[in-house]
Amino acid sequence: MDVKEIKQQFPILQQEVNGSPLVYLDSAATSQKPNNVIEAVSDYYRRYNSNVHRGVHTLGGMATDGYEGAREKVRSFIHAPSTRNIIFTRGTTTAVNTVASSYGRANLQEGDEIVLTPMEHHSNIIPWQQAAKATGASLKYMPMQEDGTLSLEDVRSTITSNTKIVAVTHVSNVLGTINPIKEITQIAHQHDAVTVVDGAQSVPHMRVDVQDLDCDFFAFSGHKMGGPTGIGVLYGKKRLLEKMEPVEFGGEMIDFVDLYDSTWKETPWKFEGGTPLIAGAIGLGAAIDFLEDIGMENIEAHEEELAQYALQSLRSIDGLHIYGPKERAALVTFNIDDVHPHDAATALDIGGIAVRAGHHCAQPLMKWLNVVATARASFYIYNTKEDVDALTDGLIKTKEYFGDVFA
Amino acid sequence: MSLHSNLDTLYRQVIMDHYKNPRNKGDMEGETLHVNMNNPTCGDRIQLQLRVEDDKISDAKFVGEGCSISLSSASMMTEAVKGQPVENALEMSNIFSQMMQGEDYDDEKYDLGDIEALQGVTKFPARIKCATLAWKAMEKGLDNEEEEETD
Repeated sequence: MDVKEIKQQFPILQQEVNGSPLVYLDSAATSQKPNNVIEAVSDYYRRYNSNVHRGVHTLGGMATDGYEGAREKVRSFIHAPSTRNIIFTRGTTTAVNTVASSYGRANLQEGDEIVLTPMEHHSNIIPWQQAAKATGASLKYMPMQEDGTLSLEDVRSTITSNTKIVAVTHVSNVLGTINPIKEITQIAHQHDAVTVVDGAQSVPHMRVDVQDLDCDFFAFSGHKMGGPTGIGVLYGKKRLLEKMEPVEFGGEMIDFVDLYDSTWKETPWKFEGGTPLIAGAIGLGAAIDFLEDIGMENIEAHEEELAQYALQSLRSIDGLHIYGPKERAALVTFNIDDVHPHDAATALDIGGIAVRAGHHCAQPLMKWLNVVATARASFYIYNTKEDVDALTDGLIKTKEYFGDVFA
Repeated sequence: MSLHSNLDTLYRQVIMDHYKNPRNKGDMEGETLHVNMNNPTCGDRIQLQLRVEDDKISDAKFVGEGCSISLSSASMMTEAVKGQPVENALEMSNIFSQMMQGEDYDDEKYDLGDIEALQGVTKFPARIKCATLAWKAMEKGLDNEEEEETD
């Protein structure tokens, strides 16, 4: 895998920021977009923009083919059995909300438990808080090991016969922890609970096979994998989706409409009320083509190498604390003694290095770590060891600067 | 080195002094007005405590966590408004807001003291919210107090 050649295909990365070449280390927030994605979106608007599933005319057919073709690309990418399992959403947040609002509210009642982990992103916590409030079910958090991993013994002792839903992230956006989804799902299924997996940080970076994981629902976003913002995916098992009611009602999702009652299309279309983000879906399809051309195995190997190199480099900086386990996805969350993460992020930005600072939409996890905020560098297919070196160098200078101030 | 000179624009000595040795940090005794304010995008949070007597801010203190800009600004703000009539404090808040927008502001009417060191923040738009957090808290507190009075 030729990273320099890959980077060439991302126009945004060819610029200078504050007088230095841009070093983009915030892909866990959103990834940059390759030329073929930008062109696919532009080509749709220039050549065949039309509404889907209704036009008899030629362009309507092309738009429908583009949109449904993207669904097939997603199906194949995550190894789902059928395109009927693939619902297009606005992103991971909407996908989780769809499960919580539809499946959750219909199947939960007082005495039931929703099991979560302390490392969830807000988008996999708040929909469940709301579903619990609406149904009288309760939330229950698994304990976490000191290094930010889950132990299967804890998973076993937390999930009980009262558990109806287990909502867990595949990869933590803060700790980089890769959770054992297959094993967790097995345990959940022994108790007749369903698993809802937040795959926002896994699908862009590793080969995901939803049938092998055997999870019941799986959610992810297009914009973290080279695709446009505003498009995401909810995968669900067919027998569950078939029983679920839509969350949004209106155009596009109906079968027959009468004055006082209506019926819905079949899944997945009954969940896609309104004109969908057609260009976004087509762009996501192009992003999948891009990733598959490189090969997910190659991407995994590249990122594993970067993650370990970054860990090793940052560990050499005195007074820098790294959160999360050794075995991790390609991101490093850290703090420097006496330097607030915002101040560190501003100092790095002056050198053209973009990192995230704050709570990373994981306030409960910040509490667990006993910090108010952290800085995070996250890597993707276009990042190199030189980028890690720039980060390390920038952090050493930042530490010197603030060290002088505090001296 | 360019990193240093650029950072010096933002992190003036006086700012770092307020960050290291914050004035008016801590809890106030007795009956006070408490305002909690946070910056939800980054997790900074401060609690401002004001004592208002005869339309005058007789005391101001804060507790909280945040970056050097938000905490030094809170320290400077409490120093500046202590002893000021409510009306003046609100006017100072306006002036500070103009300063943060990079607009012309009246620098003669009040003794802004150390506050002018925060001018460099205008060159770092992502950090303006840090600097205005404490001032927003004060405005919210004084607003609520007026409402309570008119009730």
